[in-house]
Amino acid sequence: MSKSNLTRRGLLKSSAVAGAGLALPTIFTASSASAYMNEPTGGSVTLGFNVPQTGPYADEGADELRAYKLAVKHLNGEGDGGMMTTFSSKALQGNGILGKKVEFVTGDTQTKSDAARASAKSMIEKDGAVMITGGSSSGVAIAVQGLCQEAGIIFMAGLTHSNDTTGKDKKANGFRHFFNAYMSGAALAPVLESQYGADRKAYHLTADYTWGWTQEESIVAATEALGWETIETVKTPLAATDFSSYIAPVLNSGADVLVLNHYGGNMINSINNAVQFGLLDKQVNGKKFEIVVPLYSRLMAQGAGEAVKGVLGSTNWHWSLQDEGSKAFVKSFGTEYGRPPSQAAHTTYCQTLLYADACERAGTFNPCGVVEALEGFEFDGLGNGPTLYRAEDHQCFKDVLVVRGKENPESEFDLLEVVEVTPRAQVEYAPDHPMFAGGNLGECNDGA
Amino acid sequence: MDAIILQILNGLDKGSAYALIALGLTLIFGTLGVVNFAHGALFMIGAFCAVTVQRILTLSVETIDETRTDFLGNPLKVKTPYVENWFGPEVGAAIIDWSVPIAILFSIPIMLLIGFVMERGLIKHFYKRPHADQILVTFGLAIVLQEVIKYFYGANPIPTPAPDMFSGSIDLGVLVGFDVNAIIYPYWRLIYFAFAALIIGGVFAFLQFTTFGMVVRAGMADRETVGLLGINIDRRFTIMFGIAAAVAGLAGVMYTPINPPNYHMGMDFLVLSFVVVVVGGMGSLPGAVLAGFLLGILESFASTTWATTTIPGINQIIIYLVAIIVLLTRPRGLMGRKGVMED
Amino acid sequence: MMGMNNKDATLFLIVIVLTLLAPFILNPFPTDSAMAQFNAGYPDLMQRFVIFGIFAIGFNILFGLTGYLSFGHAAFLGVGSYSAVWIFKLFTYNVIPAIGLAVVLAGLFALLIGYVSLRRSGIYFSILTLAFAQMSFALAYSVLSNPKFNLTNGETGLQVYADDPQMFHGPNLPDLPHLFGLSMRANHQMSVGAWDFNFNVGYYVCAVIMILAFYLAIRIFRSPFGMMLRAVKSNNTRMTYTGLNARPYALAAFVISGMYAGLAGGLMASVDPLAGAERMQWTASGEVVLMTILGGAGTLIGPILGAGFIKYFENIFSKINESVLHSWFSFLPDGLEDVIVAMVYPFVGKGWHLTLGMLFMLVVIFLPGGLVEGGQRVMKLFGKKKSGSGAKEKSTQSTPAE
Repeated sequence: MSKSNLTRRGLLKSSAVAGAGLALPTIFTASSASAYMNEPTGGSVTLGFNVPQTGPYADEGADELRAYKLAVKHLNGEGDGGMMTTFSSKALQGNGILGKKVEFVTGDTQTKSDAARASAKSMIEKDGAVMITGGSSSGVAIAVQGLCQEAGIIFMAGLTHSNDTTGKDKKANGFRHFFNAYMSGAALAPVLESQYGADRKAYHLTADYTWGWTQEESIVAATEALGWETIETVKTPLAATDFSSYIAPVLNSGADVLVLNHYGGNMINSINNAVQFGLLDKQVNGKKFEIVVPLYSRLMAQGAGEAVKGVLGSTNWHWSLQDEGSKAFVKSFGTEYGRPPSQAAHTTYCQTLLYADACERAGTFNPCGVVEALEGFEFDGLGNGPTLYRAEDHQCFKDVLVVRGKENPESEFDLLEVVEVTPRAQVEYAPDHPMFAGGNLGECNDGA
Repeated sequence: MDAIILQILNGLDKGSAYALIALGLTLIFGTLGVVNFAHGALFMIGAFCAVTVQRILTLSVETIDETRTDFLGNPLKVKTPYVENWFGPEVGAAIIDWSVPIAILFSIPIMLLIGFVMERGLIKHFYKRPHADQILVTFGLAIVLQEVIKYFYGANPIPTPAPDMFSGSIDLGVLVGFDVNAIIYPYWRLIYFAFAALIIGGVFAFLQFTTFGMVVRAGMADRETVGLLGINIDRRFTIMFGIAAAVAGLAGVMYTPINPPNYHMGMDFLVLSFVVVVVGGMGSLPGAVLAGFLLGILESFASTTWATTTIPGINQIIIYLVAIIVLLTRPRGLMGRKGVMED
Repeated sequence: MMGMNNKDATLFLIVIVLTLLAPFILNPFPTDSAMAQFNAGYPDLMQRFVIFGIFAIGFNILFGLTGYLSFGHAAFLGVGSYSAVWIFKLFTYNVIPAIGLAVVLAGLFALLIGYVSLRRSGIYFSILTLAFAQMSFALAYSVLSNPKFNLTNGETGLQVYADDPQMFHGPNLPDLPHLFGLSMRANHQMSVGAWDFNFNVGYYVCAVIMILAFYLAIRIFRSPFGMMLRAVKSNNTRMTYTGLNARPYALAAFVISGMYAGLAGGLMASVDPLAGAERMQWTASGEVVLMTILGGAGTLIGPILGAGFIKYFENIFSKINESVLHSWFSFLPDGLEDVIVAMVYPFVGKGWHLTLGMLFMLVVIFLPGGLVEGGQRVMKLFGKKKSGSGAKEKSTQSTPAE
């Protein structure tokens, strides 16, 4: 069993009366209360890795899980240490966290908020997990983040790109290392201008749900600031598999750029359809027609195949980066699994390290201590240059990559090339930016 | 005008896929009286026949290129497909390029076999069982097939492009006097439509003009009487199940260049194909085809900006809305027969 | 007893005992043992067991009795959840009004959909319900969550925010759904030796409601109304010829089962105040169909068993990962351990769907009546011996009487 002995006992005693107006009927004997939710009392600490293992994002989830296992290895002092050696904070000793051996439990989010919450709850209630991390969509991230806030557990978000995660749905117990839609827009805009000019007409196809809307809003704002005109924004149903009826009118709309605010399977199909319709071979308004995919991932590029060649987009991280941290991580991950890590793997690995490091620096697993240690934390060596975990909204600020589908890939992993590393200063925004307004971090909750 | 033509083309194209899947499904309903929830999975397996053929054709020998390095800094392993070694790079590349058409030939015997095995091994035992049991067992089968594919091929879609010469698009508008770029349509989608028309025509001709087909049609209308006449209708129905599986499989093979296949694609089509069959009317083959094209075209028109601004969200619900309207105005769908699956 | 015959009363008592003692029964393994992975006695899963039990009991009233196979019942569950969360947002965290509104609104929604759908029968009815539910899902997921009119909060799910009005929320009430101040999350853990047992308020609230729902279902099954519903299933035409109109009966059954679904939805929101749109998707509707058939459609206890079975797999098997397997088989020699783990691994963790699919097939192939039939066969095995000896006794007894 990959879990410690006493954790669970601590758990429910404390959650028990949490917030309850009246005391519980104490017919049964209660043991002594612990200081905070799921306080690890044995020689080990349990982390909960909640990733999609079934459904369309299962491969992304599998990659996240690989990264988590690698991080646990490194934290426990096995393997080559990966990015722990390049991480600017040296609090981690390779002897677990605070001297406790790191153990983990895994669960399946199914990329559904209900299932993700069920899985996270079982980790908290049954396995005594002190931190939950993972996920591959914003809906899931926000749902689980809310749960962790209520339960008094730290949530380290996995892949979630919606502005809302650290905007109107931000929570004191939740932290996001991944970048967001606003940053995608801010990073892409200058590159789009230099590559395609300031006089372009854009046509947006947008997945019709929260993440799609925030991305559309961000990209429209960023490109219109350049002087681009937005011809049309069309919402496509999430369940759509064939986008022909949305692609077909694009050529006659007068637009010369198509922006695909899609992710995963939606994006793979829509870009394929767009290329089938020959959009990339056309000249409109005297310019070459272009396609932009604001949120890219290598797995998506792999699924879309030839269609991504020459298409611009942004990404959180890419394995071809040459800084010390990235190199160490790629080496460690590649030696272990025989493939380079995806951006999802990178962000989840970082999140695990950042959490462990925060515990070390705080000297406790208490969520409020961890929150304090992470808020305003400046670090480097994790692959994106100097990074700040901003206290106001628990969003990481770091460099963002603009990438392009590679024309002549050398291997099955070599699908994207980095066009530009957009410096952090360019993607920063005020905490009360209108796209992020309306939320409230609230107080940290330790579940006691 | 050009926009309308484009959406009709899109509708015919979507409709082709719907019609092909629904055709097989309704054959199984009509002949065997079985609700086959694994029919979407057959479509998916067809698509993965194409992936498998592509994988086999690109089986590669690895040579080490010292001049280049892989992501770990080790010398790069360059993969050269065996077919390129055997037939020379150009012919080899051409063979790989044509993997989807090759997969069509490959998939027919495989799908027929899968169909026979499924019918003899499993479905046969469920003829007399309630529809609910049929749903449970075929749904279980669908999950198992899906998970087996996922185990071997992963969850991420796998690109399986059309042969290079069909991968582009054609300017249809210019041919009939519209402006340049007014009606651009991909070759492969036109091929898909033609292919679907061919298959549908083939199935109908087979049922209409062969003795075998006549017996099957008679069996669909009154199974007991045909049985009493001393005709082994069961064996013919088994063959029909195989044909239905092959039709679904071919629809899947041909679909791969349109959208990269993933293990989940069958489920995406499952509900939709049931709606198509029922809107067409239970037990009616022409009904299924008609409903497939009708829903395809209506879906395409509902996704135009004009439609979505008139009624927000219409593109999300159109199929279901049409289904409700049709079923309320025509009790047995468009062309359904009385008494088929009405209780 | 309470209007039930002996057999039903026994079944009812068994259900009561099993539900109330669930925290013990579901945690048979010591907390630190390797087998603890199979323990299901933690609050969330126990709650899910009874809530989906309610959902399936209700579904069975429609499907098991009348034979009408609805493929859209998840819509009512979703409506129930959304209405409950809206009560939390606008008025109070007390679960009673939330559950009440959930049941009422789901009932009204079911009346509307049922009235239209029941104009058709057989598969035409199924597709009509499916169509309504899928429309509800699509609208809830996107259209009804637009910023101007945000009824459902779309992908993220409807949840309570700190700035929601919550008119009747008091300062000394818990900031989570509660029953007159008693938080639904309140939990008491009892440790007995190496075992831990959880007693959770949310679970017991749901459990008591499920017991009531089950009692109501028994009464419906055995009532003249239930007989009418069976008549709808067994011979609709004859019923019409005798001058009875079947539709009002079927509609009543549809609305009742819709209200059960709404109740389940309201309870789901009460133990966890977030309502996601996926709850309305066809897969969710399909799940309750599978639960009912798997357990045994038309039987009283079957749907509850089916619900437990599926939820157990979803929550327990999906969490078994490679390292858990290695720890189980670590007693084996290294090579053998790896082989065994490699063989088992495809069926657990990310492969839990595969196991579930195979079990669906096995159950339906070998136990045509669902899990209930399995139970009956086991009983018969034991029963045979017993009845055999009983028959002997009887014969010995009867002799003197002659």
